Amino acid sequence: MNPFSSGNRLRDMIRAIRACKTAAEERAVVRKECAAIRAAINENDQGYRHRNLAKLMFIHMLGYPTHFGQMECLKLIASAGFPEKRIGYLGLMLLLDERQEVLMLVTNSLKQDLNHSNQYIVGLALCALGNISSAEMARDLAPDVERLLQFRDPNIRKKAALCSIRIIKKVPDLVENFMYPAASLLKEKHHGVLVTGVQLCTGLCKVSSEALEYFRENCTEGLVKTLRDIANSPYSPEYDVAGITDPFLHIRLLMLLRLLGQGDADASDCMTDILAQVASRTESNKNAGNAILYECVQTIMSIEDNGGLRVLAINILGRFLSNRDNNIRYVGLNMLMKAIVVEAKAVQRHRATILECVKDSDASIQKRALELVYLLVNESNVKPFTKELIEYLEVSDQEFKGDITAKICSLVEKFSPEKIWYIDQMLKVLSEAGNFVKDEVWHALIVVISNASDLHGYTVRALYRAFQASTEQESLVRVAVWCIGEYGDMLVNNVGMLDIEEPITVTESDAVDAIEVAIKHHRSDLTTKAMALIALFKLSSRFPACSERIKDIIFQNKQSLLLELQQRSIEFNCILQKYHNIRSALLERMPILDETTLRGRKDGSLPTAVSTSTIIPCDLPNGVAEPAAAPIGDLLDLSLDDVPPPISSCGDILQDLLAIDLSPASALSGTSHPPKAGTDVLLDLLSIGTLVPAETSPSALDISSSGQDNKAPLANSNGLASLPLLIADSPASSAGMMDLLDAFDPITQKLEENGPAYPSIVAYESRSLRMTFNFSKQPGNPRTTFILATFTNLSPNVYNDFLFQAAVPKFLQLHLDPASSSTLPASGDGSITQNLKVNNTQHGKKSLAMRIRIAYKTNNDDILEEGKINNFPRDL
Amino acid sequence: MKEMGIRFILMVNKQGQTRLAQYYEWLTLEERRALEGEIVRKCLARNEQQCSFVEHRNYKIVYRRYASLFFLVGVENDENELAILEFIHLLVETMDRHFGNVCELDIMFHLEKAHFMLEEMVMNGSIVETSKANILSPIQLMEKAS
Repeated sequence: MNPFSSGNRLRDMIRAIRACKTAAEERAVVRKECAAIRAAINENDQGYRHRNLAKLMFIHMLGYPTHFGQMECLKLIASAGFPEKRIGYLGLMLLLDERQEVLMLVTNSLKQDLNHSNQYIVGLALCALGNISSAEMARDLAPDVERLLQFRDPNIRKKAALCSIRIIKKVPDLVENFMYPAASLLKEKHHGVLVTGVQLCTGLCKVSSEALEYFRENCTEGLVKTLRDIANSPYSPEYDVAGITDPFLHIRLLMLLRLLGQGDADASDCMTDILAQVASRTESNKNAGNAILYECVQTIMSIEDNGGLRVLAINILGRFLSNRDNNIRYVGLNMLMKAIVVEAKAVQRHRATILECVKDSDASIQKRALELVYLLVNESNVKPFTKELIEYLEVSDQEFKGDITAKICSLVEKFSPEKIWYIDQMLKVLSEAGNFVKDEVWHALIVVISNASDLHGYTVRALYRAFQASTEQESLVRVAVWCIGEYGDMLVNNVGMLDIEEPITVTESDAVDAIEVAIKHHRSDLTTKAMALIALFKLSSRFPACSERIKDIIFQNKQSLLLELQQRSIEFNCILQKYHNIRSALLERMPILDETTLRGRKDGSLPTAVSTSTIIPCDLPNGVAEPAAAPIGDLLDLSLDDVPPPISSCGDILQDLLAIDLSPASALSGTSHPPKAGTDVLLDLLSIGTLVPAETSPSALDISSSGQDNKAPLANSNGLASLPLLIADSPASSAGMMDLLDAFDPITQKLEENGPAYPSIVAYESRSLRMTFNFSKQPGNPRTTFILATFTNLSPNVYNDFLFQAAVPKFLQLHLDPASSSTLPASGDGSITQNLKVNNTQHGKKSLAMRIRIAYKTNNDDILEEGKINNFPRDL
Repeated sequence: MKEMGIRFILMVNKQGQTRLAQYYEWLTLEERRALEGEIVRKCLARNEQQCSFVEHRNYKIVYRRYASLFFLVGVENDENELAILEFIHLLVETMDRHFGNVCELDIMFHLEKAHFMLEEMVMNGSIVETSKANILSPIQLMEKAS
């Protein structure tokens, strides 16, 4: 009986399994066979052992457990005959792995077989060792393998070489032993040995830099010569593939040359000739040739700069990209990603082709092209790129939309040249694929919207239109609801129309309708409904006519089963019914959300593990400096609880702010991170309000105005007044919150306990009015100055509707608190005080300067006084 | 520890049944079945025009269809994909030379021989030998001896 063919029984078993129609039948057959095999093992049946093992392997391949056969393998390996050993080793490699303890038992057999006189058996042992040896086995048997590296038979040498790779991976200490023999392998003629020798050297170089140095010095010329010989060699039928001799060897040599040439100019010089030769003379109409060219281009890109070679490489890239074979295009895109590091301009030339690839029907090519696009975008070409990408978004598949959306959002955020473009693009993306947009993205959008004060009207109208068109996309609904709540009056009165807009008429009740739709829509989730509730609440103050209706809608949610909605609805109802007086102050326009702090936090403080820049496998310096769409911390982060470290990265601004107002609260908030994480966006928005007395707007020329003016974005009692809401919702802030009446106290307290005193100045004086400034600074914070402005009426008439406004140059940031009153009694009988805070970013280099404007009514006349203050103390 | 090159080689028919599986990294049985199921589904779903490379998790799969059998090779991300395509072709040609007009049934019924051939070609994820004569000589010797 031929021991090599597994006999009819195996064949029968296979036929039987194939004949099964259902999985249950197959399981039954397999179970019967396993039982038979187990019985045979127990009886120690010599004759059919190999056949049984062959069956076991087949069964294992099908996925059934076969551990009872492991000892059989060992027995077979230990037997004397070659066929038994053969199948035993095969079974060993398939059924076991390096973690099994059974493997240790084989070590002895392996050692004997490595020294066997029959070279095929030696080969078997090397094979097994090379595939599954563990670290201890490797250490034990390393000397034998080393010796075999110089065996007389090339087949053994090649196997020993690959076995050595595994050994040095498992036991890196042994690298020195293998360095010299490996170098001598490189001088061989036999292709098999060469290929494996080269791979061994590659492995050594990757593991140890000492080996890398050694090879670089001694072997580079030899390798170049070998490559030249192969490239120029005549037709050899054995190794020929499609007209090229042994492309595998070509490729391995190129890989090793790449490792050696990287970072070393001399080695790179050595290689330039042969690389040029290979790059220009290899035929590219067959796959083998293309494979070699691919490897060649990779090598050229990695080694030290040589202008001519790079040009060659880019040309090859261009050819690959326009090839019709998808494989070649994929490979070309891959190459481009590596090339962009060194030759960015050249890659830009292929922009159009890359955009085509994004729209390809093949998923792999799409992914590659998208990554590439991301690396290519810069300020000058962001607009056309984004336009293309958004157009494509509309027709792409569902599974791909998520990726594209994330990419578009991060591109837009990073490179947007102007706010209106940013808002437009984001609106389009939200309408198309809002459900794929991450939370941070639309948070950032809201921040940007609030900062673009001249675009408020335009934005809210555009959002309203988009909202009417479709309410499918959740994020769009949320942003729309927020904006309508905030800027509803602009919507209804068509405020701030830009030239490009068409007028639309929206009545107050239309706006309320829109938000009601959002609340009632069955697909809106908790966050949306919560945001809608507060938007309605805001509108109740802005549109007094609808307030009854709004009250009804809010009332309906009083019995909602969702705690958040119920709570909000009850609180709002309470305010609507009982506390009319504070309602309007409560619901004034939100302050401008601070963009720079957001950005600073995004860049500096967040752990990089959170980065969402997905792929770029090669370790390129990413073309864009900031992490893509890293969680900027939602608006939550601007609130109390982030007093600790992240703040420091954004400069003094936020630190001062928090220090003034929230010293009682900050201690508490530091301890417990409020449970609002994620779900309660709106509360976060509100909680920014608490910071507000301290927050400054970073816009260039600050015109802050105090006074009860609905239009200007304002930072005052809005924030403080929202404190009572926070009391209910956030445990951390409960104790520290002052109620409304105490609102101003902490500020004045702080002012009193401040550091070095500065002389007070009469900032402005005219026949009818005097304004004095008292300065103070906090110890340890020289850049920020607190100013207490006192206005005295020098005329016999009382002034009403008193309004003070101030403007400062770019390097200063100004913040005004509300005045103590808006009526200035006559003849200095009383005075109005107002607190200002100025942050001097050029402290020490430039001193403060300010332009002021004061408006008031007296005797039914409107008076406006303007002036400039230059007499600030020098070192403020 | 980074593996070299090839992580696994699979031969799967159009119905998704595995005909040969050689892994160069350790995976449990469940993992293997799950992996095979996932990959095979992805590759079988692609049509002729699409390229032969699929990105899966943190590595790539290079595949090609020969008659009723799909040859799938899972490789590291930095491996040369076109070279692996060449390797698959070499494998098929080698088996063809040995079995004569190799087909799926040949592989099924002579599984161990197919494994022997594969072992001569790939060890521990790296390519050992690329000359068909050298690969087949030990196997032919074995057959002659029996």
